[in-house]
Amino acid sequence: MSAIAVRGLWKAYGDRSVLERIDLDVASGEFCTLVGASGCGKTTFLRLLLSQERPTRGDILLEDKPLPPEPEPGRGVVFQRYSVFPHLTVLENVILGLELRQSPWFGRLFGAARRKALEEGERWLASVGLTSSRNAYPASLSGGMQQRLAIAQALILHPKVLLLDEPFGALDPGIRADMHVLIRDLWRRTGMTVFMVTHDIREAFALGTRVLAFDRVRHDPHAPDAYGATITYDLPGRGEGAEDGTLIPVHFPWKAARPRSEEARNADHVSSA
Amino acid sequence: MRRLVNRHPGAAGAAYLAALPFIVLIAAYLMGSAARLADNPSDKLLPAPSTLAAAIQQVAFTEDVRSGDIILWIDTASSLTRLGMGIAAATAIGLAFGIAIGLIPYVRATLAPFVAVLSMIPPLSVLPILFIVFGLGELAKVVLVAAGITPFLIRDLSVRVAELPGEQLIKAQTLGANTWQMVVRIVLPQVLPRLIGALRLSLGPAWLFLIAAEAIAATEGLGYRIFLMRRYLAMDVILPYVAWITLLAFMLDLALARLSAWLFAWARPA
Repeated sequence: MSAIAVRGLWKAYGDRSVLERIDLDVASGEFCTLVGASGCGKTTFLRLLLSQERPTRGDILLEDKPLPPEPEPGRGVVFQRYSVFPHLTVLENVILGLELRQSPWFGRLFGAARRKALEEGERWLASVGLTSSRNAYPASLSGGMQQRLAIAQALILHPKVLLLDEPFGALDPGIRADMHVLIRDLWRRTGMTVFMVTHDIREAFALGTRVLAFDRVRHDPHAPDAYGATITYDLPGRGEGAEDGTLIPVHFPWKAARPRSEEARNADHVSSA
Repeated sequence: MRRLVNRHPGAAGAAYLAALPFIVLIAAYLMGSAARLADNPSDKLLPAPSTLAAAIQQVAFTEDVRSGDIILWIDTASSLTRLGMGIAAATAIGLAFGIAIGLIPYVRATLAPFVAVLSMIPPLSVLPILFIVFGLGELAKVVLVAAGITPFLIRDLSVRVAELPGEQLIKAQTLGANTWQMVVRIVLPQVLPRLIGALRLSLGPAWLFLIAAEAIAATEGLGYRIFLMRRYLAMDVILPYVAWITLLAFMLDLALARLSAWLFAWARPA
């Protein structure tokens, strides 16, 4: 059983195609990184997985059932920015999911239930290294700390799928390396399926068990928006590999690699003919 | 020579500069008053400080011979009650509709154009209608204050709600929030500071509508008293009343600013 199955997915905004002919099977517990040029639809693909957008054609199956039509707790998300709530302290941000789940009217817990949630929140803060900032507001945290908070906030509900939209894109290189260790560790411990959009090709190969490259393979010079991007390469990453974090010094590995399928190759020939 | 935009007064200099316009105004008044009174000792336009002091003593610290009331406090209490009730009603309506319009697409589609049109009605032009519908009692005056600032509050708050990053609402949904939970845990707490900001901007119009309503139909109130005294050219009462209203408005504004800073520490830049 695959955690996520994508069947004949197309996404268009009016006449403008963004994604086309996407078929994908992702096993439970994989760490997929999504790479490609800006505007190639990888973030749109993530939004489709989140149900923030609906496909124009095709289906997405989550554990063999159609994807729920709205965002829901089964799929957690961390955006590049605005993932945490500025009016809540660090600890309040982390336990928000628990409070919302248990208190439909107030969205708040009191008494023993709140103490229990706070204990669980503290454990998550410890696992992302934010214990000492528990009472700070997000505005006083660094970018890396905010993203660690966002990750803890998403994981407290134990989502089966975690969606990361360039989560480390705005961070300094040193902080980013720390975040790689953190996210890899959390992924191994939870066994969740991860999709991560990134611009950083080294990051994609270092973290992912699969690297999915998005690109437009069909071009009509008279209608540049007529065709969307698809998954052109599906490569194994080094995500299972060494803990030392050494990175492969390659920049555009798919230039030398094989296309992912015979159909895709045929489509290339058809469109270029 | 440094550029003008790069030159800053020190703390003491800034305090002195802030006081300067007030000192100039008072000095100009005193000189004008002295000149006019030298010309005509019974001039009523710019009363002397002693006359002002006597009038203040009369309205603010002396019981009225007939009613036994101190009229400044009676006027202040009734005006602030009307203002408070009007602002409270406007706040409740503004918050409810502002959040609904900003957050819920169906409500926005239904009401946003309607509110945009409503907010273009000059509130004073409907004052006669309010007096006809609600009579000349308290209700019409409260309704004018509320009706005058509610459309602005609704529009401002709905814009603020719509400005919340979409990522926050998506994130809340991935944490299991339903629409109501998003309102009480995400949207409402984050628009409250903006509400106070909008209320501060609304205070000026609210006072305007209050005084206009009191001028037309009231038996007490700060606006009523000013317009009553106008008949007697009693500048010695009108001027202190204007200063008192200004002080009240300033203190209300300051109180709202302090309240916001105290309640919403998270909204302060780090």
